[in-house]
Amino acid sequence: MRERPNDAFREEAYELLAELETSLLELEDNPRDKDVIGRVFRAMHTIKGSGAMFGFDEISAFTHEIETVFDLVRNDEILVTKEMVDLCLLARDQIKAMLDAAGGHLEVDRSRTAHLVGAFRAFLPQAAPAEASPAAIPAPAAAEGAATRTWRIRFRPAHDIFANGTNPLALLRELCELGEARVVAQTDLIPPIDDLHPEVCYLYWDVILTTTADANAIRDVFIFVEDDCEMTLASIDDGGCLDDGDSRKLLGEILVERGDLSAADLERVLTERKRLGEVLVEDGLVKPGQVAAALAEQQALEKQRQNRPAADAASSLRVPAERLDKLVDLVGELVTVQSRLSQTAAGREDAVLTAVAEEVERLVEELRDLTLNIRMLPIGTTFSKFKRLVRDLSRELGKDIELETAGAETELDKTVIERLNDPLVHIIRNSIDHGIEMPEVRQVAGKPRQGTIHLSAIHSGDSVVIEIRDDGKGLDRDAIRRKAIEKGLLGEQDEPSDHDLFLLIFAAGFSTAQTVTSVSGRGVGMDVVRRAIDALRGTIDIHSEKGRGTTIRVRIPLTLAIIESLLVAIGKDRFVLPLSLVEECIELTEGDVAAAHGRNLVRVRDQLVPYLPLRRWFAMEGARPPIEQVVITSLGGQRVGFVVDHVIGEHQTVIKSLGRMYRDVQGISGATILGDGSVALILDVPQLLQGAEAEEKVATHG
Amino acid sequence: MSADNQNETNQYLTFKLDREIFALGIAKVREVLDYTAITRVPKTPDFMRGVINVRGGVVPVVDLRVKFGMAPTPQTVNTCIIIVEINLEGETTVLGALADQVEEVLDLDPAQIEPAPRIGTRLRTEFIKGMGKRDEQFIIILDIDRVFSGEELASVAGGEDLAQAVRS
Repeated sequence: MRERPNDAFREEAYELLAELETSLLELEDNPRDKDVIGRVFRAMHTIKGSGAMFGFDEISAFTHEIETVFDLVRNDEILVTKEMVDLCLLARDQIKAMLDAAGGHLEVDRSRTAHLVGAFRAFLPQAAPAEASPAAIPAPAAAEGAATRTWRIRFRPAHDIFANGTNPLALLRELCELGEARVVAQTDLIPPIDDLHPEVCYLYWDVILTTTADANAIRDVFIFVEDDCEMTLASIDDGGCLDDGDSRKLLGEILVERGDLSAADLERVLTERKRLGEVLVEDGLVKPGQVAAALAEQQALEKQRQNRPAADAASSLRVPAERLDKLVDLVGELVTVQSRLSQTAAGREDAVLTAVAEEVERLVEELRDLTLNIRMLPIGTTFSKFKRLVRDLSRELGKDIELETAGAETELDKTVIERLNDPLVHIIRNSIDHGIEMPEVRQVAGKPRQGTIHLSAIHSGDSVVIEIRDDGKGLDRDAIRRKAIEKGLLGEQDEPSDHDLFLLIFAAGFSTAQTVTSVSGRGVGMDVVRRAIDALRGTIDIHSEKGRGTTIRVRIPLTLAIIESLLVAIGKDRFVLPLSLVEECIELTEGDVAAAHGRNLVRVRDQLVPYLPLRRWFAMEGARPPIEQVVITSLGGQRVGFVVDHVIGEHQTVIKSLGRMYRDVQGISGATILGDGSVALILDVPQLLQGAEAEEKVATHG
Repeated sequence: MSADNQNETNQYLTFKLDREIFALGIAKVREVLDYTAITRVPKTPDFMRGVINVRGGVVPVVDLRVKFGMAPTPQTVNTCIIIVEINLEGETTVLGALADQVEEVLDLDPAQIEPAPRIGTRLRTEFIKGMGKRDEQFIIILDIDRVFSGEELASVAGGEDLAQAVRS
């Protein structure tokens, strides 16, 4: 079950690449943003370093070239250009291709790698002299006349640093290679031998380094242990050393400058510690005294901060996804067993058993919510992918489009996010391709040249609403209508509302690229979108105004694993419906049916609601009882009833797949296990609705 | 027989469908359960009897008798559900197969197994891995992956063209 280090590297690298993409796109907007440049550099550096560590030499060598260029960018020697960002994005894709190749048995296009390397070298001031730093430290060219400075570095590794396989001494050696260094090991944290744990690192080090390298180069030494250590870096500009009588004051000043210490605290600490310093000076132990004093200052500081890093380090951990899936499965089984327990308890009049059952129910519910929560991820990662899509595609088409996003922090189940990707790509592509006009056309229409696609996600009850809004030309009502009539989806005389008409673009068969794009400009693969959203038990809604733009709203349930549902029965068979869709239940008597003159309509508070007799729909045997129940559901503003024999009650439904054998079953989306161990089927409400509509159409038109 | 058979064990689980004896390679069989109530999934072919709960998982149950063109499996005290792991287009799927009676686990030497006769059995030849023999009675060794291969699932029941199974 244990991951191989290679897998860990690849996983980490994929994450870094995603981050890199976001940073690069940001860089395109703010080419001078130091923070972003630093982020790009660090991402490259980490990929290079860990790549080499795990034997991905090709990736390491390639990334080195980009890193070299960014090192110059970071030192303000060259400026970020649009071409550079383009190249970097291509390079990112290439690294990804290499990673993919390492995972599978694909081949990487080496000529492409070489081409990119050549392009990157062209950015270097002189035609690519042999780079002198194949190691992890990018030594900036010393010949640039960088001033020799002295730095004070405190490197304090986390106690468990050995557990990560890091050798602090190697880091110190690396540091020493940067220039002239004096290293002082601090031993004051070493406990008495009885308390000493051999695997814990109690040491920390102070280093005085005189070097031409800059702060970044020094920080880069610690880049792999960034999260596992505390590293403070301060410049002692005048080239001074500890013998300087002012060094203590200088350290304090630097700490104040860096905002780590307030001036008042410094003052207080200095007064508190004064006596110690005095004693030491009296004893003539000037040099160790100063070290100790500086140490004491730092300790005071550490005391203030010690809780924070500890909390940070423990605040997140990486868990393989399949382990989470397994956990959810187990919780699912627990929910099933719990409902069996509750059912059993209800059947006996045993107060103790009932109390225990209730307690278990409460705990299981809590456990379920917590477990499902663990699987929640912010949707933002998907959003950043779309930024790239919009950028590349709009450029290809000669359009100027900006993607605005909101609600990237909205959380959704991991699986849902994964499965949402394709339909969203389809919708956004459509907006870019056919929704937003060419800049000139937009100008003539009195709109800004730059089109905007707004992508947002927001929580709404137990679902998330994702909205894709563009300010393009909108849907062409007449063209869609013509097309729908041609396809037989609409009668000649039908005058559907805009809303109903627009929904037709999601109908299967309606959308083929040649026919629809040429007239209405919409509909490539929109039925694919609909199918994917249906599979997620989501709904889709569309609004459009000619010349103003189109808004597509997708509503997706938060999780696919466990839902609240309504348990119903038809004959001996039991079914469940998602409770979120259920509005109410009403009775349907034989008299009602007779009064409706064969039409499947029922009156609910002065409103006629169509219904679907499930017994007939599923061709089930047995006679209908004299009084049936209609479960009224509401889906995308549309109300429809489902006729069942009995309504049993609410049920915690752990969704189980019906598997490959039953993947194409109409009207059933899955199964669940009931308290008595039998299986109930989950009704696929959107699909049933579609099916019923189609049937009606055949009845009226055919 | 063919090379791929050499990797498999020579043990087979034999079971009865109607009066015929069939066999499955023991590696394919996960467990044998007593008959339990099957939840029927509406609008599916007749040979797909429905789904059951196998230790928290939902497992489809098929009626091989219907699949092979015999009358549906009646429910008796001996009716069993054989849980098998089949390979569908490279994916392992678990399903239950109804059997009138499970007999025994039988050792069959590869030399004892003859290739499926091209004629004589009216069961589709590709469903049969080979024919074994025990006490002068033929045992039909099924290639269960083939029985449920993709195109077979797509077709409804498919009983008619299979006609009746062999009578020895």
